Amino acid sequence: MIGTRQPGRLSLLAAAMVIARRDFVAILWSRSFIFFLLGPLFPLVVGAMAGSIGSRVETSTDAPQLGIAMEGPALDAMLTAQAALGPRIDGALPDLAIVRRLKPGEKTDPAALLRATPERNLAAIVSGTLTHPILTGPRDRIAQWQGPVSLMAAHAQGLGPSHFPDVALSATITSHAATTHSRLRTAQGGQTLLFLLTMLLAGMVLSNLVEEKGNKIIEVLAAAIPMDAVFLGKLFAMLGVSMVGIAVWGATGLLFNLLGGLNLHGLPPPAVGWPLFVALGVCYFSMAYLLLGSLFLAVGSMASTVREVQTLSMPVTMAQLMVFFFASYALARQGTPVEWAAMAFPLSSPFAMLARAAMHAPLWPHLAALGWQTMWVFLFVRGGAHVFRRRVMQSGPQGVKRRRSLIDIWRQR
Amino acid sequence: MTSDPDADLDNPAPDSNEPPPDLAIEVRGLVKRFDGATAVDGVDLRVPTGSIYGILGPNGAGKTTTLRMILGIIDPDAGERRVLGSTRPQTQAHAIGYLPEERGLYPAMKAYEAIAFLGALRGVPLKEGRKRGRALLEAHGLGHLAERQIRQMSKGQAQQVQLLGTLVHRPKLVIFDEPFSGLDAINQGRLEQMIRALAKDGTTVIFSTHVIAHAERLCDEVAIIAGGRVPFAGPVNVARDRIRPQVRLETRATDGPWRAALPADARREGPFWLFSLPESGVEPLLRALIEGEAGILSLSIERAGLHDAFVAIAGEAAARALDAASEEAA
Repeated sequence: MIGTRQPGRLSLLAAAMVIARRDFVAILWSRSFIFFLLGPLFPLVVGAMAGSIGSRVETSTDAPQLGIAMEGPALDAMLTAQAALGPRIDGALPDLAIVRRLKPGEKTDPAALLRATPERNLAAIVSGTLTHPILTGPRDRIAQWQGPVSLMAAHAQGLGPSHFPDVALSATITSHAATTHSRLRTAQGGQTLLFLLTMLLAGMVLSNLVEEKGNKIIEVLAAAIPMDAVFLGKLFAMLGVSMVGIAVWGATGLLFNLLGGLNLHGLPPPAVGWPLFVALGVCYFSMAYLLLGSLFLAVGSMASTVREVQTLSMPVTMAQLMVFFFASYALARQGTPVEWAAMAFPLSSPFAMLARAAMHAPLWPHLAALGWQTMWVFLFVRGGAHVFRRRVMQSGPQGVKRRRSLIDIWRQR
Repeated sequence: MTSDPDADLDNPAPDSNEPPPDLAIEVRGLVKRFDGATAVDGVDLRVPTGSIYGILGPNGAGKTTTLRMILGIIDPDAGERRVLGSTRPQTQAHAIGYLPEERGLYPAMKAYEAIAFLGALRGVPLKEGRKRGRALLEAHGLGHLAERQIRQMSKGQAQQVQLLGTLVHRPKLVIFDEPFSGLDAINQGRLEQMIRALAKDGTTVIFSTHVIAHAERLCDEVAIIAGGRVPFAGPVNVARDRIRPQVRLETRATDGPWRAALPADARREGPFWLFSLPESGVEPLLRALIEGEAGILSLSIERAGLHDAFVAIAGEAAARALDAASEEAA
């Protein structure tokens, strides 16, 4: 039975790849992977349906109008003024709707008119004379229209300018303020996308060791390779699966773009340029995934059932949100210690650095950050594997338990 | 010795102060406590290279914990271990095969893939592992299972696949934890043959069991473990010799001067007298019986079995627990 002996043993990375390959193939060939790929479709469909319903609701409701109840000449003058001024100050003047053309000396109750015409979309009614217009309606609405009505009344009296010179436009590409503002949008967009992808995908590793523990395979793995390799392999596998998902979703999005379904041209360009920004995005997604994933894997490895994993999901999601909020907060505090803290804190570092790529062109900070984050990935993996060996495999002296007991005693005091 | 075995794993070189080459495993004073309860309490073992070594004890005696410490799955609280010349067992993982007590394979894997995966964990390239997996299955009459998923197999079949998976990388040392449990009598016989073949080929085989018969048939040496301690470790013959041979005597006379020749521990079982052979030997005994007119109908001297040795060494309580576990497994 025994032939030539096998020389050598697997390195940490080679052992991790054995685990990664097994997990990757197993997930890719499972039926549930189809649902994984279709996952983002559900919120899109729900969003599209909600948008469609919303737009229907919106179109079914006319824009609010300002009713007018004045004597004939004044009413006509107001309409002429609205027509003359409207195009010059686009959107600032309300549309006028004739409610009643009054005879000379006729009095009316605007509040009663407002109540009597519920079928018309009147937000307020202007009455009185051109010299003393009266605006009747809800407080916020009449406060909003006070200025425009005054302008129209002045123009209707012939007090305003009658001639409006054309203004020649000379556009510049951008200004410093505009660039900063637009890059901020890109940074926020990048951070949000990175967060959404990480939140969607990194949580999956929570339950990654449940199968091994349930099937008792963990014993075989622990005897053959270092636990670090098991953890690392599982992370790599899930990262690979996530990348496949992102590639499929990205390709689908690109297809929609080519077919004219989406318009991505309006996105402001980042400081490092789009190609490098996308490349850095991939790197920072990988790092965010590995960093959060290694923590989640360690936390999830403590759970022995799927139910326990589900219980852990909520605090884990909250933790992710906190990291995202911290990075977002730091984006609004550029150049302050808060931004540096966000870039240095391992979990928020990928988010903060992606935002930096959108805002600033130098590349060396990204190389340093990627190195820094890689170091933390290995530290987290090693720490997670160590805790797993101690707590789950119950390996090594029971010193940890004794220390915990001492802490408990101290707390009880 | 209580250091993290994952540490410095890329240095597979055996320790500088090499152990005697004739020992595959050497452990001294291994101690392991779980939640304050001592599972293993100062275990010493010396497993000769190429031998078949049994760890014999009832459930909860500390067999599995000892094996897990030897393999480096868990670290001891105290004590030293040296496996294939290294104090860090995981550095020798490529040369060790392990079948855990609680079997486990990925249910979606096909049999040959499962074997290849177990081989890959020990350094065999997947392609080669698949080839070997198919060959191993064929060689052991399980070729028809090669393409079947683990989840489609019976528990016994899956166990056999995992067993082959422990051998796919051609290890120098094979550790089986309760390998016979879950197997029917035919497959138990086949496993015994396999273990003998491995040893014949120079592989060291160490297995735990609570079935004395397996250990008695297979083992060159045994360690008897009870309550986390090892009261005996050594050759099976030496264990048996711990108990004096038993004399079974049948006489025509029921009473007479010959009765004085019987030792104090003599007891009656039906028509027979049973007692330990006196230290003076059989000849003085025979002479006294003849001169005392016992009228000997039959007299036989039986060498103690491993079970008797276990009772004598580990105590009645441990033996009862062992018997109960054996009956339960049967």
